[in-house]
Formats: sequence, structure tokens, C-alpha cells
Amino acid sequence: MTMTCWETVQAYGLRSLGYGENLLPKTDFTLCQHFTLIGSGMIWNIYYGALALFFGFFFANALALAKAAQNPWARKPAEWFIFVFRGSPLFIQFFIAYETLVLLPRSGVEVFGFTVQTSWMTKAWAGALFVLFLNTAAYAAEIFYGALRSIPKGDLEAAEAYGITGWQKFRRIQWPTMLRLGWPAYTNEAIFLFHATTLVFFASFPAFRQMGDALYYANYFADKTFNPFIPYPIVGFYFILLTLFVTWVFGRVNRHLNRHLPQNLKSRIRLRPNLIR
Amino acid sequence: MFSFCADPKAIEGLSWLSCYLTSTKHLAFYGSVGTVLLLLIITAPFALAFGFGGATAARSPMLPARILGKTYIAMVRGIPDIVFFLFFVIALDQGVEYLKSLAVCDGGLWPWQGLEFRVCKEAKVPLATSDAFWHDAYGFTLAVVTFALVFGAFVANVLFGAMQAVPRAQLETAEAYGMNHSQVFWRILVPQMWVYALPGLSNLWMILIKATPLLFLLGVEDIVYYARELGGSKTQAYEYPHPDWRLWYFLALLGFYLLMTKLSEGVLGRLSARLSKGQATAAGEAMRKAAA
Repeated sequence: MTMTCWETVQAYGLRSLGYGENLLPKTDFTLCQHFTLIGSGMIWNIYYGALALFFGFFFANALALAKAAQNPWARKPAEWFIFVFRGSPLFIQFFIAYETLVLLPRSGVEVFGFTVQTSWMTKAWAGALFVLFLNTAAYAAEIFYGALRSIPKGDLEAAEAYGITGWQKFRRIQWPTMLRLGWPAYTNEAIFLFHATTLVFFASFPAFRQMGDALYYANYFADKTFNPFIPYPIVGFYFILLTLFVTWVFGRVNRHLNRHLPQNLKSRIRLRPNLIR
Repeated sequence: MFSFCADPKAIEGLSWLSCYLTSTKHLAFYGSVGTVLLLLIITAPFALAFGFGGATAARSPMLPARILGKTYIAMVRGIPDIVFFLFFVIALDQGVEYLKSLAVCDGGLWPWQGLEFRVCKEAKVPLATSDAFWHDAYGFTLAVVTFALVFGAFVANVLFGAMQAVPRAQLETAEAYGMNHSQVFWRILVPQMWVYALPGLSNLWMILIKATPLLFLLGVEDIVYYARELGGSKTQAYEYPHPDWRLWYFLALLGFYLLMTKLSEGVLGRLSARLSKGQATAAGEAMRKAAA
């Protein structure tokens, strides 16, 4: 039975979410199957990256403020959190999270008379997302903390001279400036967070009914065909596209943050390499 | 290890723990920390060499060399490193066996046949009959080469930037003194670039430390492998039965990596202070002012 490429896309395009053909192809692998299934797996990579980034952004802001705070009760925990998550491999963090989550009682935990189900936490969609969220929050918090400290002294003095103080000063002067200064570095963080989502495949969170991420399917093909020269470059291709898209979106935001500045002062986004977290 | 460890099931408490932590498997676990350190020590200079080559090629006046260098640097930016790790290990392994098969096999078949990679028995690296040690050593070598290739590209990017950062006036002065291209490169550019390269390189060193658990993915018996092996629950059939303790082992690994990070931060901070001394950079200026 041979399928046209469009039929393959219909059968396997949403395979990673559990829709379409149940059985993965076993023999006579076509290029179209490679592209479709690996692309289908990319849905998960985008899911992890986008959600972790979104929730992580808010947490990172809070952490950066806590780390910059005078009060040691706020500062110390934030410093430790950031140190632990930036100082250890993401890989180990995944393992620890998984081992901790499977220790939770199967039947759920009693909280104020309600039974909270726990089994879903050991699934990749929740557990791996949670780890990625904490991890990106720590990295982004360090970026925002650095940006917070490099806000020009004159800006803050000028704000006070205008009678802008307290919350108003933070909301209208400090926070926007912090974002603007930190944004190029934060763009890199976003790109490498998406790259880090490939580690979920190794994170011991099991893939349920062969619904895996891009690397899961690439690895499936490489195992079956003993040929790494096709599936892995395809993953690379998809990630280059994703990187370009993320750069474009963050570039738009960067333009927005810099819109009031004269042309020569605008901060440009430069890609800096950063590897495994 | 100790004489009272002869029958582990008869003892308990602290002496049980001391026997447990010195069992043969645990000693191998401590040894695997050495594997990780060995990887770091071997990879760092090789990555530096690859990076130096890449950066030099990227700013070479010859077009083919420049394209090669720039492609090498650009390659690692867009693609997750883990894909490289999976790809290179298989690709290198197959490449080595293909080259060997050209020399030792007769018939010279193209090895990528349909769904399989097939070379004759004599071309396997290492040979199926050879010692387990050689299998481990070969796997480790492949891992080192892969790490060096991937990190070399990152180093190349850092060194390329550092070479650009050396003030042009320095190079022009050297040329005015009549130095030729290679003299300017080796005597003026290379000695001065390190202070600019150090922040980027120390960042890469931290990342390299955190990348070492990937050894496990490459099939090397490293600390992650042992942590999983030792931590898994052991039934009464084992000498030291215990429930699933993997969490504790991974927490120990976490501590190990945090310690490595802390130590490296200290050493790199000192190195940076040392290199900044007397340099025309902000850090050098600050040191000069502090001393005055």
C-alpha cells in the first residue's frame, strides 16, 4: 500500500496528539513520512517552549525583584533558587523532578477533605513543563536582575525629581527600562529554551502511546533505518525555522520597547550561543 | 572493604551504611566521577583547538576557508546541540567503519544498504572479539570527539568575536613596523585576544560542565548511569536490598554539579582579575584606580 504525501500528512500530521493512524510506519520509510511525523512531534516542542516561556516570564519578574530586594528574607531564597537552577544540568533537574513526582501517593493527596489527583503530574505534559518553567524562570530572572541593576541612575533620579515614587516609579520607569535592557538577552534565552525542549525526550517521563516530541520520532526513524543522515537534519531544519520565528516575534517586541528612542541608541538583538542548560 | 562487611544482612545502622557505601559497585560509581573529570580535561583543549581553527578560518582572506569557518560557527546556532550529539556519534561511528572497510574488506560494498549499515566483520570498530575495555574506550573517544566538535563551534564564535575586539590600531602599528601577516597574527593578535575571550570562554566552561550528563546518552557508563543503577530498588536477592533510592542519588549528583559550578566561578573570577591587570579595559581601569 503506497500513500501519497498528502495522505501521509492526513494520517500522521497529528499523530503526536493521538489523532489519525494508530500504527507508526514499520518499513519502506519515505521522506514524506520523516517530515510529517517529526513535524508532528514539533507540536510538543512548541507546546513546552511556549507555555514555559509564558508562565516563566511572570515568575522571572518576581524572582528578579526578590533578588534585588534589600530584605534578606526575599533575597536569599531567590538567590538560592537561581543558583540551583542555573548551576545544575537541566537533565539532572528532569530526573529529580520525575523521581520526586513518582513518590507522591498513587491514590492522590488529601487536602482539606478534597482528594487531589497526582498521577497526571508524572506525565511529561505536566511534569516536564513544570521543570522547564522553573528552569527558564531562573535563567530569565538572572537576565532581568542584571538589567534592573544597569538602569541608568539618572533615569531614576529624574523620575523622583518629577515626583514619581514607589509603585508608580516601578511601573512606569524601572520595569519598562528593565525589559528594554534585558530583552536582547531574553531573546537568546527564549531560543535556547526551545532548544532545551528536546531534552524532554531523555527526561524519563514516558511517551504515552508513542505520542512523542520531534526527537522521539527522529530517534524512532534512526533506530529503524540505521541512517542518522535523514531524520536528525530534519529536526535541525525544523528548529532553524522555529528559531527564525522566535527571533521575529521577539524582534517585534524589541521594536515596541525601543520605540521612543532615537535610532542610534536602540538595542539590537544579537544571537549569542549558549549550549545545554 | 571492611572485615565486618562479610555478611551485610546481619549488620545495621551506621556500619551497614559504611559497608553499603564502599561496595564494589559504589567504588565504580566514585570512579565514574573520574570519567566525567577526564572528559572535561580532555575536551577543553580539543574544543579550544577546534575553536581556534574555526575562528582563524572564519577571518581568513581566502574565501573557501572563510565559508567553511562561518558555516561551522553558524551551524550550532540554530540547531539544538542534542541533535548534534545524537547525530555525530552515529555518523562518526559509521564513518570510521566505512573508512576501515575500504582498507580491510574485499568486495568494497557501499555499506548503506536499504535499511541497514553493513560492513564486513573485520571492519567493525572495535572488533567483536576485543576486550570490553576497548569497547568502552572507543565509546568514550567518540563522545570526546563529539563534545569537542560541538563545543569547538561555540569556542570559535567566542574567539572570532575576541579577535575582532582587539583594537585595530595595535595591528596597524605592527604592520607599520614591517611585520608580515603571520607575525601580526601570532605576536600581536593572539596574545591580546584572551582578555576579551575570557568571559565567553568561562561561560562555555560552565555550560560544558552542565553538558557532561549527556555522556550517559552517548552510552558511556558515567555518574548518571551509576546513579540510576545503584538507586533502583533492590530485592532480597541482592546483598544490600533497599527500596527505590534514585532520588537520593540524583540529589547527590545535583550537589556535585553545584559544587563544580561554585569552584569554577571562584577560579575563573581570579583568572579574569589576573588577565585584566594592566589591560586597557574597564576592568583593568577599575583595578588601576583601586590600587592608586
